[in-house]
Amino acid sequence: MEVKRPVLRGERIVQRYGGRTVVDVPEIEVRAGEVLAVLGPNGAGKSTLFRILLLQEKPYAGVVSFDGREVRAGDTSVMRRMGAVFQRAYLFDGTVTANVAYGLRVRGIDRAEVSRRTTSALSLLSLTEFAKADVRTLSGGEAQRVGLARALVLEPELLALDEPTLHLDVTVRRKFREDIERVARSHARATLLITHDPADAFALADRVAVMEGGRIVQVGTPSEVVLHPATAFIAEFTGAELMLHGVVDRREEDLVQVTLSGGASLWAMAPDARAVAGSSVHVAYRPEDIVLAPAGAAGETSAVNRFDLTVEAVVPAGALVRVRLAGDVALTALVTNRSMTSLGLAAGSRVSASLKAAALRAYPAMA
Amino acid sequence: MDLFIDTGREALRMLFGGDPYLWQVVLLSLRVSGIAVLLGVLIGVPIGTAVALARFRGRPLLIALIHTGFALPPVVVGLFVYMMLSRTGPAGGLDLLFTTPAMVLAQAVLAAPYVAGITLAAVQAVPRDALMQARALGATRTRAVLTILREARLGIGAAVVAGFGAVISEVGAVMLVGGNIAGKTRVMTTAIVLETRRGNFATAMALGLLLLAIAFTVNVLITRAQQGRVTWTNARGERPWR
Repeated sequence: MEVKRPVLRGERIVQRYGGRTVVDVPEIEVRAGEVLAVLGPNGAGKSTLFRILLLQEKPYAGVVSFDGREVRAGDTSVMRRMGAVFQRAYLFDGTVTANVAYGLRVRGIDRAEVSRRTTSALSLLSLTEFAKADVRTLSGGEAQRVGLARALVLEPELLALDEPTLHLDVTVRRKFREDIERVARSHARATLLITHDPADAFALADRVAVMEGGRIVQVGTPSEVVLHPATAFIAEFTGAELMLHGVVDRREEDLVQVTLSGGASLWAMAPDARAVAGSSVHVAYRPEDIVLAPAGAAGETSAVNRFDLTVEAVVPAGALVRVRLAGDVALTALVTNRSMTSLGLAAGSRVSASLKAAALRAYPAMA
Repeated sequence: MDLFIDTGREALRMLFGGDPYLWQVVLLSLRVSGIAVLLGVLIGVPIGTAVALARFRGRPLLIALIHTGFALPPVVVGLFVYMMLSRTGPAGGLDLLFTTPAMVLAQAVLAAPYVAGITLAAVQAVPRDALMQARALGATRTRAVLTILREARLGIGAAVVAGFGAVISEVGAVMLVGGNIAGKTRVMTTAIVLETRRGNFATAMALGLLLLAIAFTVNVLITRAQQGRVTWTNARGERPWR
């Protein structure tokens, strides 16, 4: 497969504040035509990395290249080839139009052209009716759309978004995410998205770089990151919200047999070779991977792990139902309403829970 | 009480009668304080902006010094400028003592800390994101700083108002370095001192009223300039609450 050449690239980027290393990234690149998401929890160093890549801040060490050429922090000519939207769009005092036109004005573009491009950017983000409005009268979502229009009007080679949905409420966030999805690929050569929200990253990105403690711990397509998380942290962070803990009994190729702290035993995949016999591990599973059947049922044989458990509670979760199970092992399953009815699930009832070994991942506990 | 009524009536008569002495004093006051504030702005705005945006060692000390400038007694500034300009002083050769440039100089020294201090606060109140945002949209460093100043313009307007208020009403500095020479360096405040001592209460009160009226007018003009571009419309550009 041909790898497109990077629009923006960072190499050996290190940033230190007061002797503390907050970013240490050997390599990161945003390739032509792609949306790269940098995903990580608060304090992972994402915004610092963002400022460095956008030439807003000088790194302690490392090199940033744009379009194959090494560039320096504060280089206005290179900064003019990028368009950025920050966590909270800082809108300048004045009208929506004046804000969208700002970047064009500082480039000394002539009035007619400014007006033409501004009008089209406003219409692209459904802001035409707000053109003359004072920015202080806008809602959070509208303000963020002005921020996006202001960056897109510049026809940037790189569109850079730092947590653009962070301060928006849920419904507005979804709408804004759709706006980004609609315009990013068509209006910029490449997009860099910083986010702490896996939903943003997986919905928008072609590749996801997961960041933790200042380092990038995994880079891959959204499905690679979700299905084959490199560390327990990534598994947990990307939605394998549930973890079991235990000690490895034996290892057979990529599979390990684990005795859980509650006494139950199960088989799981362990891609990390450090999960050897005798080592303690975290085992991650996704609640939707648990198959429930009536207690004592033979079940499918391909499911290596089977437990007979008692339903502790049934909690509605939107279209699905979350079933808390107790017994040799405590599990949470996610089933449809229909399954719940057909299985007659209620607090106190007995069920058989199956989990394929392939759906379980064991990670060394020290990772 | 009769004294106040009679004096007030006489003062109004002088004001509206176009007393040449009165107006000459007023015009000189406006010229001296106007130029002084302009100089104060030229010195104070860049200093206030630089201190607000830059991070360097000794910054808190510099801020404390600027704020101490708010409490500068005019008579002490007058003394300092007097010594500088006196025949034996370092700038004695300029022969500026008892001239209007000396008064402008003293008042500019008084106005600059006000302008710098209030500009500093105003610029600092603009979120740092604004600078980063302006740069990210392609503004050069200078253009980005100008954008910040525009964001801070209400506060900078207040700085000008405060600076003007401080100098138009001070008497100590202009008295010392100007000498209150009739027709040459006599301004409203020094004239009020003199006329009061002479017992010409009507003239003094007319000047006092004018001083207040000027301060008021200048403030109205600056406030209008400050607020003039504020557009009170809702998101759809309407003004439902007009």
